[in-house]
This record gives sequence, C-alpha cells and structure tokens, in this order.
Amino acid sequence: MTGKELAAACGFELACGEGDRELGGKIYCGDLLSIVMGRAPADGLWVTVMGNLNSIAVAVLTDTACILLAEGMALDEDARARGEQQEVTVLRTPLPVYEAARAAAKALGVD
Amino acid sequence: MSGLHYHYEVPGDDVTRAGEASGAIKSTLKKLGFDPGVVRKVAIAMYEGEINLVIHGGGGVIDVEIDGEKVTMVLEDHGPGIPDVSKAMEEGWSTASDSARSLGFGAGMGLPNMKKNTDEMTVDSTVGVGTKVTMVVKLA
Repeated sequence: MTGKELAAACGFELACGEGDRELGGKIYCGDLLSIVMGRAPADGLWVTVMGNLNSIAVAVLTDTACILLAEGMALDEDARARGEQQEVTVLRTPLPVYEAARAAAKALGVD
Repeated sequence: MSGLHYHYEVPGDDVTRAGEASGAIKSTLKKLGFDPGVVRKVAIAMYEGEINLVIHGGGGVIDVEIDGEKVTMVLEDHGPGIPDVSKAMEEGWSTASDSARSLGFGAGMGLPNMKKNTDEMTVDSTVGVGTKVTMVVKLA
C-alpha cells in the first residue's frame, strides 16, 4: 500500500508529496527526534506531532516512507517545501497518535 | 588519506539547516551503490553529529573520507567542550537548551546513537577549546 492509498483508506489528508512510495508495514510513533533517528524503521510509517523542518530531515535520513502528523498538527511551510523537494510524503489527521496509528495498522493489515 | 573526500561547514544556531551535510553524504553513498544498511548508519550517525555541532558547538566542520573499506567522519567544533564525556555518552543525559528541546532534540540520545551506528568512535573534548568526534563505519 502506498502513502496515497493509506490516506484514502483512513481519511488522512495528503499534506506533502505524491504519496507514491510503498509502505513496508512497520509503524513507529515518537516525537523526540534523536529517539526517532535511532528507532524509526526504514520504509516505515512514522506517526508524530512534529511538523517542522527537522522532521523532514529525519524522515529522509532514516528512509521513512511516510510521516503521519497526528492531533491535527500543522506542517510548517518551510517543512512542506523541503518535503516536496526531497519527495517526502506527509499525511495529516486530527486523530490522536494512538488512534491514528491503530487506523493505519488496520489499513496496512498489521493490526 | 586516499579515496573520496568531502568537506562541510556547518553554521551554528541554525537548526533549520541541520541535515544538509548528512543528507548530501547519504545521497552520495546511495549514488555510489553502497549497501542501504551502511548508508543508513552513516546518515544517522552524521546527522546526530551535525545536530550537536549546531546546538552545542556553535557550528563547526565535517570532513568525510570514503575509501574501499570504510567511511570516516570527523566532526570538529570550537564550542564549550564536554566536561564529562562518559556522562555525555549515557542515554538520556542532555544539556540541550529549551529551544532545542522544543524542536524535538535534547533526548540525550545523540552520542549514544552515534556510537550505536558506527564501528569505531572517539570523542576528544577540552572544556573551553572544543570537541572533535571521529567515527568510522566499515563497509563489510
């Protein structure tokens, strides 16, 4: 399933990128970037409330397939621009982190 | 030294630019056809070091050497230095500012992540002079 397909399946907003990259099925939730750097799985979905420029850098460097911004958090404009440039898919949802991850897990068949 | 050499100037106190050097190295390693696991380790270790240069070191320089056996990263700043390196290596120990923490840093995982993702790492630091971190990721 791609990021775009996940967005359609769960009602998430496609906030950045084309959403064409395949998700590997692993989901990681976290906001402290150094912890995320060490633990986010390659090709995975990263659920967070951090919508800043550094989140884009972390996603790129850890090979995260898709960021899911939970709690209705905004994606900063400079982060969106960098994300488009570096082909990072970012989805948004008003759901809290746990519910967002559960919805994604169900859609990805890893619940 | 032989092999490919890359030099980066990392500005201090501009967290928004952190990741430019590590992103460039990651891109280079991918283009050179390096194993994805090696690329990820180098990218993570170097990004953590780059962040440290920005939020602790007041900026600095990074030199990366790539040869047939390893990737060597040398990060150097002229910041305040680390009074107790062994303490700084402990997970969860951090002196990051509130502004750095508000951006998601300061979890005290920087140096531990760097060590975990490299095969060799040395930290030479003198209070009031600066810090030099050397990291090696072997290709096999």
